[in-house]
Amino acid sequence: MHTFAELIIVFIILLDLALAVTGGLSSCIKLVALQGVVAGLLPLLAGSGAPHPRAVVFALVIITLKGVVFPSLLARARDRSGARKDVEPLISYPASIMLCLGAFIASSWMGSRLPLPETNIAWIVPASLATIFTGFLLITTRSKAITQVLGYLVIENGIYIFGLALFVEQPMMVELAILLDVFVAVFVMGIAIFHISREFDHIDTAELSELNDWRRGEYGK
Amino acid sequence: MIITLMLLPLAAGILSFLIRDDNTRRTLLLWTARGHFLLTAVIIYTTLALGFVFIGEPPAVVWFDYDALGLLFIGITSLLFLGASHYAVTYLALEKRDPGEDADDGSIFNNAPEAVFTGCLLLFLAAMTAVTASRHMGLLWASVEATTLLSAPLIYFHRHKRSLEATWKYLLICSVGIALALMGNLFLGAAGLKTGSGLDLGSLLAHAAILDKPLLKAAFLFLFVGYGTKMGLSPFHTWLPDAHSEAPAVVSALLSGALLNCAFLGILRVNAVCAAAGLADFTGGILILFGMFSLITAALFILGQRDYKRLLAYSSIEHMGILALGVGLGGGAVFAALLGALSHSLTKAGLFFTSGVVLACEKTKRITDVRGLWRRAPRTAVLWLGGFFLITGMPPSGIFLAKFLILKEAMAQKHYWLAGVFLFFLAMLFAGMAKVFISMTFGEREAKPGEKPFAEPAGMLVPAAIFFACVIFLGLFMPAWLSGLIQNATGNI
Repeated sequence: MHTFAELIIVFIILLDLALAVTGGLSSCIKLVALQGVVAGLLPLLAGSGAPHPRAVVFALVIITLKGVVFPSLLARARDRSGARKDVEPLISYPASIMLCLGAFIASSWMGSRLPLPETNIAWIVPASLATIFTGFLLITTRSKAITQVLGYLVIENGIYIFGLALFVEQPMMVELAILLDVFVAVFVMGIAIFHISREFDHIDTAELSELNDWRRGEYGK
Repeated sequence: MIITLMLLPLAAGILSFLIRDDNTRRTLLLWTARGHFLLTAVIIYTTLALGFVFIGEPPAVVWFDYDALGLLFIGITSLLFLGASHYAVTYLALEKRDPGEDADDGSIFNNAPEAVFTGCLLLFLAAMTAVTASRHMGLLWASVEATTLLSAPLIYFHRHKRSLEATWKYLLICSVGIALALMGNLFLGAAGLKTGSGLDLGSLLAHAAILDKPLLKAAFLFLFVGYGTKMGLSPFHTWLPDAHSEAPAVVSALLSGALLNCAFLGILRVNAVCAAAGLADFTGGILILFGMFSLITAALFILGQRDYKRLLAYSSIEHMGILALGVGLGGGAVFAALLGALSHSLTKAGLFFTSGVVLACEKTKRITDVRGLWRRAPRTAVLWLGGFFLITGMPPSGIFLAKFLILKEAMAQKHYWLAGVFLFFLAMLFAGMAKVFISMTFGEREAKPGEKPFAEPAGMLVPAAIFFACVIFLGLFMPAWLSGLIQNATGNI
């Protein structure tokens, strides 16, 4: 079972790298969804023996949310906003993948230094940290509002994997509350993207720069 | 009782989405706020009468319960919401009559449906109530994130580009910040893995001595950055001035007075665990560092400010810095910080309420375009100037008392440099704000052609006046029950 879990970890790292170089917006949405589904499968394979029914139900909820609900919400936001098909990165793709690889090396170093409890799945801590870094990379170096939401989801995936690595058992109610929050966050952000596209005729966040301390008072003149 | 306190605004919030009639919905808002305040008062009263039986040893594992610290913060939130609801009723009626004028570039915009606004306002109160009552760090996290999501539509009440930009920044920066706090929660859980306490606050405090120290430090750092983003500590504050300046005044007041405190509560909770584990020096140093940095940032940005609502927002960053500084210093300064939280909330809410009237009167947020307010709106001008004296800490006010006590504690601990820098930047803030407030209140006013006389809406000014009176009262005489409550709350940090 564990070898399979380790394969999934490798797959998650590969998905991080793929996200760093993918140019198409729809493929990005699919990659993030795939990563969410794979991460949702992980707890079922990590333990020895048959998984607890509670864990199965919870994994199903996660997989439905991340694999079906979020991608369709985001795809709808993309269609409605009539955005261009590529992610419009602010830095080149080779630079993105170099940053992603650098983040992975840094995460493996950090993973070995952190005083964490022993895990029985190799590479799970570095993979989770690298995923969080990738999320930040997506938020900071892509100019569309949708890619920022995708970045947020990737960070969430990373934190979820990190939580598995630490064996932190949260009560069901808390886990569900967290999931509900993430769901509402994506929902609200989707609505915000729709409004942005209607007000500005595009969803390029670089244009969201009217509010600052120094140029105040100039607009409208 | 606590569950009722949370369910009341929740039910009213959902109900208000369904009500068609504006007046019925406004009445619902008003009476929910009154009911919530009454319930809070009853809870505070009974707890004080019982003498805090559950402090230190809460009965087994509970999801929601109030200790003195939670009571203090729910008291502030509920009182503020009571004022805000009265203000909102007048404000919404005014907006209905006279909507859609952009104060800055004259373009036309719509407002969000009033049902959405009122509904989110009430749900926002429910989420804040849950934050103050949570005895589980995971639930606390979920509630804080819920406050972000429920207040985002409030910021986008005026549907124009700038408020949308502010809403987007608020949503994204706070959500990512709060995601880091989730990471902190995981570290906290890992630190207590041996004790089996999970994220239950009471259990964590009870087993604090045997928690894993390095992991606990990591937990504090992540939670501090996460909740610090929400609280508006510099350098994580970038969403705050935008959101506060673009939101309607009543929302700015709630964000500044109630929401920032809720985020601060998150930091205080983990700080309590760290202090119990003997890490008070470590957390204190971080709190002092970022507290001072926020104070300095606010002072520098206030000097060149052109927008009076942004100015108030930076003043909130300053006060959050002072609160962090007070808690970081420890000793008598913790009492001062909590007193400061209470006085700041009331004063800043009052100032934002008044700023809404100024905006309605002058139709601009630009400082240079507002002159001679006292001629056109004398009562507003009195409150505006009075609020300035209170917020900068002129005696007698609760804020003066708080700043003075923090300074005293810094001197007592022989942090002379810290005290010097603290005083210097407070003076700078005073000078920067004095210039703005005095020129807006007095100054020569050019009458614009065709200007109608402005009728000051009493419903929007009375809440501010009452809040200011409370703060002055706090500076002169503190009732024994309140000082007892704050004293008990310092024991929870």
